[in-house]
Amino acid sequence: MNLFDIIGPVMVGPSSSHTAGAVKIGLAAGKLLGEKVVSAEILLYGSFLATGKGHGTDAALVAGLLGMKMDDENIPKSLEIAKERGLQIKFGKADLKDAHPNSVEMRLVGEHGRKLSIVGESIGGSLINIAKIDGLDANFSGDFPTLIIHNEDQPGHLAEVTGMLARSSINVATMQLYRASRGGEAVMVIECDQEVPEETLEWLQKADGITKVTYFSLKEPEETR
Amino acid sequence: MSYKKLTEITELSEKRHIPFWQAVLEEDMIERGVSREDSMSRMEYMYETIKEADENYDPALRSASGLAGGDGGLLEEYRKKHSSLLNDFVLEVMEKAVKMGESNACMRRIVAMPTAGSCGVIPAVLLTYMKHKNPGKDRIIEALYVAGGIGEVIATSASISGAEGGCQAEIGSASAMAAGALAYLEGGGNEEIVHAAALTLKNMLGLTCDPVAGLVEVPCIKRNVAGAVNAVVYSQMAMAGVRSAIEPDEVIDSMNRIGRLLPTCLKETGQEGLAITRSAQKITERLSITDL
Repeated sequence: MNLFDIIGPVMVGPSSSHTAGAVKIGLAAGKLLGEKVVSAEILLYGSFLATGKGHGTDAALVAGLLGMKMDDENIPKSLEIAKERGLQIKFGKADLKDAHPNSVEMRLVGEHGRKLSIVGESIGGSLINIAKIDGLDANFSGDFPTLIIHNEDQPGHLAEVTGMLARSSINVATMQLYRASRGGEAVMVIECDQEVPEETLEWLQKADGITKVTYFSLKEPEETR
Repeated sequence: MSYKKLTEITELSEKRHIPFWQAVLEEDMIERGVSREDSMSRMEYMYETIKEADENYDPALRSASGLAGGDGGLLEEYRKKHSSLLNDFVLEVMEKAVKMGESNACMRRIVAMPTAGSCGVIPAVLLTYMKHKNPGKDRIIEALYVAGGIGEVIATSASISGAEGGCQAEIGSASAMAAGALAYLEGGGNEEIVHAAALTLKNMLGLTCDPVAGLVEVPCIKRNVAGAVNAVVYSQMAMAGVRSAIEPDEVIDSMNRIGRLLPTCLKETGQEGLAITRSAQKITERLSITDL
């Protein structure tokens, strides 16, 4: 927390969790997809479902997908803008268990056919947590450049990835490992102190045993000045 | 590292012979690793944003729920046409507090100070002061640092979240921050600043967070008025030399303990208080996205 979390942030109302946080989840989801979103299924859960309409949570999530930030005055018009840009939106109820009360599941398809499903949580203030990516645990805040690598659960992949990061002079801030089952699908969530260069991402994408590389970049500043 | 006590700010201020606001500025420079100019221009941007938000208020706007909008226009009309019990300054503080709260509910751009639900309190006081007393923009920006320092202490040693501490943590905090800022603008030193904050916060202890349909509208918008006027009144008391019998930091600690003791059903869960009245239930039913 710093001074400008108290005098700030600049945001479009009404709620830091249900509006500003929702924009951030949408923005993070769009960035994670890594290409222009053409279709989005947005499934709401808990308080997002119960009070989302009055808080403009629906418009806020779509605004984020369109690349808007939390202080963008076009947030209330995002559903119309999405229509103009040919972004297909479908809202529904999420079938989640024991999720955070402010959760949303987003199933996205990009212009080149890339698919991504995330579960995002708005955890208070305008802070968010990306809880799941493609059904596997992720848990990152979007405050760091974050690399999410899905791989086969076999020896050596972790060393391969961290070795490549070391060669690219990237310091790892935090790292989490999850797996669906022993020897099955596994995921590494790596928050980095530096941005991961494009060639490193390409190399990782081609590496043996790695099934999907998803990258969250901070390159566009969170708050416009 | 944020300040945890008001005395940390006042002691540093006295030791270094710098004003309260500058102690807050210097902490921000260290915390975020920025220059004085960077910090101050960002604070100026906050001031410009609240000013713009106030000027752009539209009395025709209604919130998505239909519960909020238009009251700021009524208050403006009343202030301009009728003689009142209150002077123009206080009437305008009330009007600006409602306008900002309504703008927030209507999805306009605001500055959370410290939260979106309490976004009307500090701007109402500072913008009205600017208009009536014209101390210059620099002084108002300094006053925002004063407010920010008080808010930082409350956030660190208590809470600024309604879900954690009830409304005392949102409107109460905003009110204390505004009172300190006003005391500074009126020529008060450290003593007046912290006692204005303490006297103000004491009146807001125990306030619950029980908004209708979970929206930042009822009773939040009109409660911004209470927070703003409370700040005006008690900063005047502090300037008159009245002091809080309870040490200002102890008032903040009390708010923290009371916030923990408040039952969950009165902390933004919609399970009690105004939120479960018959009027509220009707509204809630109308608004939920259950037709998906």
